[in-house]
Amino acid sequence: MEIEQPDVDDIVQLEDPWVTIVWNDPVNLMSYVAYVFRNYFGYTDEKAHELMIAVHTEGKAVVSSGSREQMERHVQAMHEYGLWATLDRADA
Amino acid sequence: MKPFKKRRRGGTVAEFEAGEAHLLASLTSQVVELLRDRNADGESDPDPLAAQLGIGGSGVAPEDPVLQRLLPDAYRPGSYRDAEADAADFRRLTERSLTSLKVQNAETILASLIEGGLKPGLPEEDDPAIEIELDDAEVQAWLKALTDVRLSLAVRLGIETEEDAQLVGHSEDEATAAMAEIYDWLGYVQESLVVSLG
Repeated sequence: MEIEQPDVDDIVQLEDPWVTIVWNDPVNLMSYVAYVFRNYFGYTDEKAHELMIAVHTEGKAVVSSGSREQMERHVQAMHEYGLWATLDRADA
Repeated sequence: MKPFKKRRRGGTVAEFEAGEAHLLASLTSQVVELLRDRNADGESDPDPLAAQLGIGGSGVAPEDPVLQRLLPDAYRPGSYRDAEADAADFRRLTERSLTSLKVQNAETILASLIEGGLKPGLPEEDDPAIEIELDDAEVQAWLKALTDVRLSLAVRLGIETEEDAQLVGHSEDEATAAMAEIYDWLGYVQESLVVSLG
């Protein structure tokens, strides 16, 4: 019998109080956005691509979660890359 | 332009026609000027240490729409109760250092072009091509500054949706169509740099 395992990512997110959100914009190249996710967050090609597609098709995506200080650093870094990012409370 | 290429032994290289290099330098300088003006607004700051640390800037978002896009709010107003106040606090503490980083990135583009042989003044027809070679740190600065130049052109072109980006190229206004062509070219330059990184 298979027991459904909870998704580890979901648990982490529930416990992390803040999130970094990247918003879609018509300027940044898809290749560049994926590159930033890979290079800055150290995500795999696959995860970086998935997040980029999510930003592009859904208008935004949560790209990281954690402490407020961490998320502020991430948002500042995204702004230096020219990506449109904000941080928010995870439960908002 | 000969697109960016990563050399087996390190550096990333590209070649620009003198006219292209001149255009890129001129657009980049405009971004530098805009950002410098923003930081200069606080230069009469009573607290020089705060200024040096990049804090103590304005808590109010810039009025200029290009600067608004280059230096966006870190908290989305209305997303929760104190988001607006938190955005102002964060801007006060970080906007100056973000602005300085963006100026440094843009200045890296200018320095690379000058090192590659870009001369001041208008280019002449027989000017040689500008060959540039970037190390890893310079590649990062170029990626970020090219983005800032493209973002600022997009704001001036009124590109707010992906449809707008398609439409400006077909504008009947000659100046708009010409600027749209430059915008597309910058996209090509950046795509070429991203692709070269593998």
